[in-house]
Amino acid sequence: MHMHKFEKIWLIFGVTALLVFLTVLGVSAFYLGNQPPSCLATVDPEKVDTTAPFNEPGLKKVEGKDWDYELVFVAQAFAYTPGDVEVPLGAKVKVIATTKDVIHGFEVAGTNINMMVEPGYISELVTTFDKPGEYLVLCNEYCGSGHHMMTSKIKVVE
Amino acid sequence: MAKAEMKYDTQPENEEHSSLKGTLASVFILGAILVVTWVGVYFLYLDRF
Amino acid sequence: MLKASLSSKVDPRDAKLSMAHFYVAFTALLVGGLAGLLQVLVRSGKFQLPFGIGYYQVLTVHGVLLGLVLTTFFILGFHLAAVSKTSGTLTNKQRTVGWIGFWIALVGTVMAAVMVLLNQASVLFTFYAPLKAHALFYLGLTLVVVGSWFNSAVIIMKYAEWRRANPGQPSPLLTFMALINTLMWCVATIGVASTVLIQLLPWSLGIVDTVNVGISRTLFWYFGHPLVYFWLLPAYMAWYVVVPKVIGTKVFSDSLARMSFILFLLFSIPVGFHHQLLEPGIDPAWKFLQVILTFLVVIPSLMTAFSLFATFESFGRSKGATGLFGWLKKLPWGDARFTVPFIGMVAFIPGGAGGMVNASHQMNQVVHNTIWVTGHFHLTVATAVVLTYFGVTFWLVPHLTGRTLTKKMNKLALTQGILWAVGMTFMSGAMHAAGLLGAPRRSSFSEYGGAAQAAEWIPYQIAQAVGGSILFIAVLLMVYIFINLAFFAPKGEQEFPVGEATNQAEKAPMVFENWKLWLGITVLLILFAYTIPFIDLIQNAPPGAKGGRFW
Repeated sequence: MHMHKFEKIWLIFGVTALLVFLTVLGVSAFYLGNQPPSCLATVDPEKVDTTAPFNEPGLKKVEGKDWDYELVFVAQAFAYTPGDVEVPLGAKVKVIATTKDVIHGFEVAGTNINMMVEPGYISELVTTFDKPGEYLVLCNEYCGSGHHMMTSKIKVVE
Repeated sequence: MAKAEMKYDTQPENEEHSSLKGTLASVFILGAILVVTWVGVYFLYLDRF
Repeated sequence: MLKASLSSKVDPRDAKLSMAHFYVAFTALLVGGLAGLLQVLVRSGKFQLPFGIGYYQVLTVHGVLLGLVLTTFFILGFHLAAVSKTSGTLTNKQRTVGWIGFWIALVGTVMAAVMVLLNQASVLFTFYAPLKAHALFYLGLTLVVVGSWFNSAVIIMKYAEWRRANPGQPSPLLTFMALINTLMWCVATIGVASTVLIQLLPWSLGIVDTVNVGISRTLFWYFGHPLVYFWLLPAYMAWYVVVPKVIGTKVFSDSLARMSFILFLLFSIPVGFHHQLLEPGIDPAWKFLQVILTFLVVIPSLMTAFSLFATFESFGRSKGATGLFGWLKKLPWGDARFTVPFIGMVAFIPGGAGGMVNASHQMNQVVHNTIWVTGHFHLTVATAVVLTYFGVTFWLVPHLTGRTLTKKMNKLALTQGILWAVGMTFMSGAMHAAGLLGAPRRSSFSEYGGAAQAAEWIPYQIAQAVGGSILFIAVLLMVYIFINLAFFAPKGEQEFPVGEATNQAEKAPMVFENWKLWLGITVLLILFAYTIPFIDLIQNAPPGAKGGRFW
């Protein structure tokens, strides 16, 4: 099978670029710990309200962990609990969320906090809130007629 | 094989008569678009918390 | 070399079968396009739907009709015509199987459509459980898939017949490509058929109370990504084989074209996790493995880009073009059969670039489920793919109906393509920009309680409405052109352009026709990428979700 010299050059360039991208992603994910949210823990979707930590949604200071706070959200059609929350600037926070009914998409607009919440599963993500401001929390996975009304607020304050 | 090559050389579209310089330039412009887009969003990812 | 002479016409009986598919496809385009117009208007915040029609019902109509019905019916019709043209007229038995498939798929489409129109299935075209649609919606979709299997059988039977009649010969290129797409489709649809038949249908009928959401989504996306390649490969067929003939040159390389299609077969399927990067229940190492496989499927597209540019440059230089880009001027810009698919090719460059961002593991957090994604696939499927389908329609429909594409229609077709390009630049551009700011996809107009961030998105939503309105005009033009070519254009002979390979002496290696090998590797790759994470999802399953009707 004949391949033009220029095509070989192009494919070598292309494959090298793909390898560089994959290496950057791989090092960031596996060495620096920047994995996409992939929590493996589960919860009974019927008993969310009585299961820790979802029985107390909101921000809680924790000790002896790799993060300083845990921020717990419960999603249901069509609301988030808590409806608004303040986070101290620079806090390292584990965001923990689940849903009581259908699938929702937990997104804090303008940040990398973006994860699917699915009934029966717990979703988690650790991040440092290092920029002050008011951030809109919304649902980015269609969940029914009030999907676009589902909202909350995170204030990052000094 | 030799026969095949000879036949190939009589084609007007072969490499000697028809340069593919423009093709090489075009695919590298395309490649640059891919790289710039990817790097741009990667920096957005790094910048955000 | 080819049994069927290239000057032959598609047999009128096969033409009728193809055309039946196209009538359905273009009806879907009209209704689905109207739904799209309503969406962008609602999202501009300046317009409300009358008669209590819901935004998400309209969104479901748009996605199901354009993403599933238009594409599937057009592709099946195009495959049939391409195979009939290059491998010979279908036998009566094959054609009967094709008609049975057509009617099954049509009945399924009508069932699903009725349920959507009655607001019993406003679950969008991805129908994620546990949003529970009416059972007839799931059954209808199942019938569409079953119908497509009958038509797949026709392609496979014709191919087998050709190979028996021409031992030791590589199959005609268009038939080979249609076969690859058909095989990929058959392997992929097992996933969606499984979740619908085993999980969703019994649950919707009330036989079981709950559904396992993680498994259902995984089966859906096992199907969902090859689905987008199923849309794309017919466009690649036109780009590799038809467009060279239209401009008056040869296929750049028969063997490389075949190789890139083989690579698509291998790597299109074990990549579904890149749609599930942000979800719980799947170990990130398995996600990353599928990210690597996703990046491998970029390679055949890089090859395709080179082949196409090379085709254009060789042609231009044979016409005396000089300089680095002088060949661009020699291309037949006045011919809609070339220019409209060419616009599609150009759109595929930013489309592909965005796709690589989407698939980039943790970077997906920046764009996941934002309207960036909608902007992305409106470049890939809704421009690159669809404009190529339109480019095919301009010659295939008159070829099948014994009519011709007139100068006037050609001009309208060019206008249509340009309007599409302009409209999509506004709409998709604004979607990409708003998406990076965080604006969600699949959401009705909302001020999100007066949030400052949401207010920033509104100007982009107005730009989307402007672009979407222009696109709707282009849709109307396209439907008009289709009706003209199907019923009113002057009688005559319209060529079915099939390019020949540059180098006839260089026969495609016969290993490309070794399906035990390629299907074997395909299955091994799927097993490698999916077995362990799928077992994990089953073994560590949470209590099922009841779900229900939330609209």
